[in-house]
Amino acid sequence: MALLEAKGLVGGYGGMDILNGVDLAVEAREIVVIIGANGAGKSTAMNALFGLIHLRAGHVTLDGADITGAAPNALVGHGMGYVPQERNVFRTMTVRENLEMGAYLKPATQARVMEQVFTLFPVLKEKANQPAGELSGGQRQMVAVGRALMTEPKLLMLDEPTAGLSPLVMEQIFDRIVAVNKAGIGILLVEQNARQALAIAHRGYVLATGRNRFTGTAADLLANPEIGQSFLGG
Amino acid sequence: MEALAEFVNLYFLPGVAVGCIYALGAVGISLIFAILRFAHFAHGDVMTLGAYLAYSLVASLGWSVYLALPVAVLGGALASVAIDRVVYQPFRRSPGIIVVIASFGVMLVLRSLIQLFWGVDVLNYETGIRKPIPLIGDFRLAQKHIIIILVSLAIAAALHWFLSRSRMGKAMRAMSDDADLARISGIDTEKVVRWTWLIGGGLAAAAGVFAGINSKLHPSVGWDLLLPLFAAAILGGIGKPYGAIVGGLAIGIAQEVATYPWISDLPLVPPAYKNAVAFFVMVCMLIWRPTGIFKGRVL
Amino acid sequence: MDMQFFGLLMYAISLATMFGIYGVLCLGLNLQWGFAGLFNAGIAGFFAVGAYTTAILTSPESPNYLGGFGWPPLLALPIAMLLSGLIAWPVGRICLGLKGDYLAMATIGISEIIRLILKNEDWLANGTMGISTVPRPFESLGQPRGNIAFLAFVLLVMIILYVAAERAWMSPWGRAMRAIRDNELAAAAIGKDVVRFRLEAFVIGSMVMGLGGALSAMYFKFIGSSATEPLLTTFLVWVMLIIGGSGNNRGAMLGAGLVWLIWSGTELLTNRLPAEWITRSSYLRALLIGVLLIIVLQRFANGVLPEKPPRRIDS
Repeated sequence: MALLEAKGLVGGYGGMDILNGVDLAVEAREIVVIIGANGAGKSTAMNALFGLIHLRAGHVTLDGADITGAAPNALVGHGMGYVPQERNVFRTMTVRENLEMGAYLKPATQARVMEQVFTLFPVLKEKANQPAGELSGGQRQMVAVGRALMTEPKLLMLDEPTAGLSPLVMEQIFDRIVAVNKAGIGILLVEQNARQALAIAHRGYVLATGRNRFTGTAADLLANPEIGQSFLGG
Repeated sequence: MEALAEFVNLYFLPGVAVGCIYALGAVGISLIFAILRFAHFAHGDVMTLGAYLAYSLVASLGWSVYLALPVAVLGGALASVAIDRVVYQPFRRSPGIIVVIASFGVMLVLRSLIQLFWGVDVLNYETGIRKPIPLIGDFRLAQKHIIIILVSLAIAAALHWFLSRSRMGKAMRAMSDDADLARISGIDTEKVVRWTWLIGGGLAAAAGVFAGINSKLHPSVGWDLLLPLFAAAILGGIGKPYGAIVGGLAIGIAQEVATYPWISDLPLVPPAYKNAVAFFVMVCMLIWRPTGIFKGRVL
Repeated sequence: MDMQFFGLLMYAISLATMFGIYGVLCLGLNLQWGFAGLFNAGIAGFFAVGAYTTAILTSPESPNYLGGFGWPPLLALPIAMLLSGLIAWPVGRICLGLKGDYLAMATIGISEIIRLILKNEDWLANGTMGISTVPRPFESLGQPRGNIAFLAFVLLVMIILYVAAERAWMSPWGRAMRAIRDNELAAAAIGKDVVRFRLEAFVIGSMVMGLGGALSAMYFKFIGSSATEPLLTTFLVWVMLIIGGSGNNRGAMLGAGLVWLIWSGTELLTNRLPAEWITRSSYLRALLIGVLLIIVLQRFANGVLPEKPPRRIDS
């Protein structure tokens, strides 16, 4: 049974559908990446999975339980963590407070998991008492990932975690994502830097105009010349 | 020395007391703005409600107004949560300005209910004048002002603890920072909203009781303070509770000190125009620094 | 003439005149809120400026306050509008670059300051005593002819305003205004000067409110500082516009008529209450208006006559 399974997602903002029937699945301990052109519905799909937009059709299951239309804070309780692309840290709060907010639903395990996050991202420990808004882009991304890990999710969803970061920092972030995955957490990743993302992923989905275009193992997708030309920058 | 003592005793210290009242009210306006993103026009009338709740206890049970204060605070807090549930909740996804109009309606309802139940006569918590208490040298402070200032300090300290240490207080700051991200983090935002009204309404009730103690009680006691409260919230940076405390104090002191005969024998600003000082400050802030001295949010 | 019929006639004329005056105020507010989405919480202030200007300019000379100057009433109307607009201009200039809540707070502020001045400056407008010698046009025709003539005048003013507002709504100016109201960024992106458009709507709307105040001073032949209380102006006019249908000029007038009927009708009802309640009846009515406002906002936010959606080009 898949960790996360979404079938036939239809929905969008206002009256306009951006998703016209998208299927996605993430197996336990898998890294899955969604790629596609701008406007293909990648971020919308993530928001739809996380109950942030209203779905007109389709359903989502997590570990076999139907979570279609559940409120975001309930999904966190069910073991999903989400790092949105923008506005993903509490800017006026310190790094430590950001992590505490991640553990809002699980105060009992807060201290232990925070140590794990600090091990994963040692720089956060140094900056623990600094407001997150003052950090560099890469460090902010670490805070955002750290915050999402604080609930000990079974599945971590990341929306373009490397957008706007230098190649060196991007490398670092991907490296950490692999480390998180090795700890047993399923990863669903939306990426513009498709080639690098596929390099760490097990499987991938290519979306176009709100529909599944290609699906396959990361290696297959990388080898497919059509995908290479249209989606991987040649 | 005598002139200084007169200035401090009759203008500055009463200004601090008035400033405390403004601070208590403005903190609520700022918190509500930070969480719910709208300017709560009925806040003055929640203050009035608190003041009259305390009056009922004083008049019917013979309680001291200071004993009635916590009950009034609780009443103001619960009433605010109830008002939110009945009136504001259906507007959570509406544009903020629609909620402002709804708060206009709440203002009308609260005030007319108060007028129906308690009448429109000017009332007092207690009659008779108490002697001011000497501090050092010629400096004196009215007993009511001492209590207002001390209780306000205690409330401010408690609020600081709540916002910086408690789980709910931090969740409140998180939601003020970014409501969507708070939801994604698992925070129950409706619960945060309830706490916001509890605190904002409770503080407003305290401010209303203090306003009644400081002068008199009448159905527009809170409405009359709405302008300085907004000025204080804007001065401190709207959405910033700490800024609202500083803004409230500054406006209160400025209003009282402006009535000192600085230039001639007459008050610089006639006492009837105290609110004009608040308006002046508000206008200056809107022109030069709408984010407030502490860089709040620009709407 | 039969006394009872005469009484009814006079009552009907007074109802209709008040409808006309509130219709003018609602059309003014619709210019600000319906056209441009501007929240004016200080209608009472602009109303008072118009009313007091008229009272001072037209009343006979008095030692108790400024003037009066004994002007012909019709000459006072443009001055009343001008002064209201002059006060609105700086307020708008300061607030309209910022978003709605700031304008709401600043308009509450300006109307409060106007109230303080009118209440405290006895030399200007006789303080709390007010001015009770305001002439009403067509008075010399006697009752009921003079009242009917004044009613006709008020309705004419309202109709002229309505036609002008309708034309403005359809004009490029009105379309730009609604574009700004609905999507400020997009409107700015296609080169619309957002602040200037808003300022125009705000100032013109406030001038119309001043005109409403001027008509009201003439009708009551009296203006006192109690007229600056927000209940009968700010609150009632907002309720009228929301119930009638903001963004629709006919809705604005309909709301004025409906709510004024309710307001006057409840007066008849509350007069039958037991004696100890009669003194409090005005609070009951205020309560009713507040509840009505909230319910309408929650359930029928578009009002009785909603804003018409723009016509599609392809149909």
